[in-house]
Amino acid sequence: MNIVVCGKVIPASTVTIEIDPNTKRMMRKGVPHELDPAAASAVEEGLRLTEKHGGAVTLVTMGTSDATIGIRNALAMGAASAVHILDDAVAGSDTLGTAKILAAAIKQQEFDLVICATESSDSYSGIVWGQIAYFLGIPPVTFAKEIAVEDRKITIKRQSEAGYDVVESSLPALVACSSGINEPRYPQLKGIMAAKKKEIKIYKAADLGLSPDDVGEKGAREKVLAIGRPPKRQAGKAVADEGEGGKQIAEFLAEIKVI
Amino acid sequence: MTDTIWVYAELSDDKITTTSLEMLAKAGEVGKAEAILLGPASDDAVKTLAEHGASQIYRCADAVYRDYLTLPAAETVAGLIEEHKPAVMLFASSYAGRDLVANLSARLDCGAITDVGDFELKDGSVEATIPALGASYQNTTTLVNQGTKLLVVRPKSFEPKVNEQPLSIEEVPAASVEGLRKVHMKDRIAIKREGPSLEGAKIVISGGRGLKGEENFAMLKELADVLGGAVGASRAAVDAGWVPYAMQIGQTGKTVKPDVYFAIGISGAVQHLSGMKTAKYIITINKDPESPIFQYSDFGVVGDLFKVVPQLIEELKKRKGA
Repeated sequence: MNIVVCGKVIPASTVTIEIDPNTKRMMRKGVPHELDPAAASAVEEGLRLTEKHGGAVTLVTMGTSDATIGIRNALAMGAASAVHILDDAVAGSDTLGTAKILAAAIKQQEFDLVICATESSDSYSGIVWGQIAYFLGIPPVTFAKEIAVEDRKITIKRQSEAGYDVVESSLPALVACSSGINEPRYPQLKGIMAAKKKEIKIYKAADLGLSPDDVGEKGAREKVLAIGRPPKRQAGKAVADEGEGGKQIAEFLAEIKVI
Repeated sequence: MTDTIWVYAELSDDKITTTSLEMLAKAGEVGKAEAILLGPASDDAVKTLAEHGASQIYRCADAVYRDYLTLPAAETVAGLIEEHKPAVMLFASSYAGRDLVANLSARLDCGAITDVGDFELKDGSVEATIPALGASYQNTTTLVNQGTKLLVVRPKSFEPKVNEQPLSIEEVPAASVEGLRKVHMKDRIAIKREGPSLEGAKIVISGGRGLKGEENFAMLKELADVLGGAVGASRAAVDAGWVPYAMQIGQTGKTVKPDVYFAIGISGAVQHLSGMKTAKYIITINKDPESPIFQYSDFGVVGDLFKVVPQLIEELKKRKGA
């Protein structure tokens, strides 16, 4: 079973991302990057399925040259190869443009299943998977907290308000998995060495047959008009605990008449 | 000309969800509110929509929408949008709402704005306010496609309003195109829960990375029980596998608006703040006085949560007993 994992390489969680007031985009360039933890979970899920059913995992990602470190991480975890859409023309793409590019790149691969995270950890728009599924013409099974594959069928436990739903689809399909679906493995030395020899295919949007009008800033339906800081909440009182902290909270609860 | 604003209404236990009613209230303020309701629903559920401002309801009670996810609903809604061309269509930031918007935004090649906290219409174009990067930035975004603008709205962004309209229903035919019955809903499992739901609780006690492990959430549960509240968590605690995703509060989890919110061992990452910052009171316990969460707290204790929380529980029990 061949699996494509779509994931992002993002500024490391230790970095405070600023926004460029001119382009109104996140300033991602030049800061330390890492494989998005949500994408790492998607890779892990792919690896577990191929370990059980055979086949290989291919990572498909879009980003600047800063993404390479994260791609290597996915390869070191065990992905067999990677596809990197590296093209200045795709900068400023919105969700729709991103999905068109990723879907076009996925179409060049052989796959039975596409795995995405429900949302990335830096922009959280959380709909790209559904757009990709539409462009690939495959059913989306989403918000998965557990995935099983058997007899060309995928069955998931899907998050619900009340608990979970059992949802099933035939393959090929796209599955979007929730954060915390698994604990991604750490790459071992052997994997890190092997990763150096694995192939990273680089594509530009034009290589995928996409017109410049469909992608990047030009193709974007979403336009940011203004960006700013929201009004700050007035900070209240803070005390250092000198052995009475718990009692002081109880006193505050009494003051606001909660107890 | 009044703009028509559609709301994709959702059901939970045969009741229209609160978020659907919140969106109807906003739709009625901005223009002419209409609702789409797909799948089996009682007459009472349908009436609720008219009572909360829907001047027109497009409905189809066919079970295909209940038994097969996303694809049948997308087929029907896309057809209705092309026929009636509403100015805006609103979807809840729910599992079903996000599934549907994702498909429609690609199918209609129109894009969508997600995580919308508020919006207005200016000469036919929509201006939506969304918190980018959690709560530390907010931005105003528009859609430049021709035709209907799709918006995904955060729960609790608006207040539901009773605004009774005459019941006007248009029955629409069920989606019957080949190939829509693919994502089969086989079973719904309810996990039994004690105490109030996170969304409904007046008091929410949340724990983060500072809790250090799964076992320490029992302490928060005890505090929640004493106060009649519910327990939530930050993404860090969920990603660590200590508690399930259903407990996650924040931009990619649940949005809560309780009277009192306890942030315990939570630093206040922007993505968490956006899910709870509208709480009436925020109480914080954290050992790091530099944590951003203190900027948002009404009352904060800088200290060891493993000392402060047990003392608080003991004190509350004492006062209850007195």
